Amino acid sequence: MENFTPYSALAGGALIGISCALLLFFNGRIAGISGIMNGAFSAPKNDRAWRLLFLAGLVVGGLFLQGLLPGFNTPRQGYPLALLGIGGFLVGFGARLANGCVSGHGVCGIARLSIRSIAATLTFIATGMITVYVIRHLLELAA
Amino acid sequence: MKTHLIALLSGILFGAGLALAHMVDPNKVQNFLDVTGHWDPSLLFVMIGALSVAMIAFKFILKRPAPLWATSFHLPQKTSIDPKLIAGAAIFGIGWGMSGYCPGPSVTGLSLFSSESVIMILTIYLGFFACHRLLDRP
Repeated sequence: MENFTPYSALAGGALIGISCALLLFFNGRIAGISGIMNGAFSAPKNDRAWRLLFLAGLVVGGLFLQGLLPGFNTPRQGYPLALLGIGGFLVGFGARLANGCVSGHGVCGIARLSIRSIAATLTFIATGMITVYVIRHLLELAA
Repeated sequence: MKTHLIALLSGILFGAGLALAHMVDPNKVQNFLDVTGHWDPSLLFVMIGALSVAMIAFKFILKRPAPLWATSFHLPQKTSIDPKLIAGAAIFGIGWGMSGYCPGPSVTGLSLFSSESVIMILTIYLGFFACHRLLDRP
């Protein structure tokens, strides 16, 4: 084990849980980020503004923490561009096909005890683990 | 108007949570997925933190006939495990492992002025577009 940070992980997770609860309690919406991103430009016009505000909030929240704890997170540099770009494409494609990502299925779906979301979460964690094994240990494409 | 404010506030809390949990660091995510390497179980603790709050809150919220400021809950209607779900999740996981990013941290990563964030957001939208073209074909 390396760089294990259980307390900030639990606290950050709790903030994410509160965020999901707020959105559901007041607005009746699921905080599934791929769905919110997708609909930000393609949903009916009157259904777009809240999505853009949520996405803006994601950046503002990050800026807020960066201001509070400067240097707490630093951007990664020098990562192979092909892995990033192809990875991003597959993340987008897969999230649409599965109707959700880590936030929608992994947090909100499991919190509703949805069998679909539990199956999706176990699947993407498994293929994610295999992929990291392949790129780090078999092909040694990334450190 | 007030529902817009909730969306913004909810986004801010989510983004701050991702940053506090170091989930905006793609190495952190890949180290979680790297079970045969120097495994870092932190992401598991993010899930535990998020789920313990959301599970209890959702239980009470979904007992209500409607949300406080909207007419109805917008919940996913599908309940069955179909091939599209599993194929999509499998493809998503491959991309997640390759890049170290899922959609939330890709957006919150903009707060670090990370060029990787910009590439992720653009390619995620390309993926959305490709999936729509494939699925919406007559």
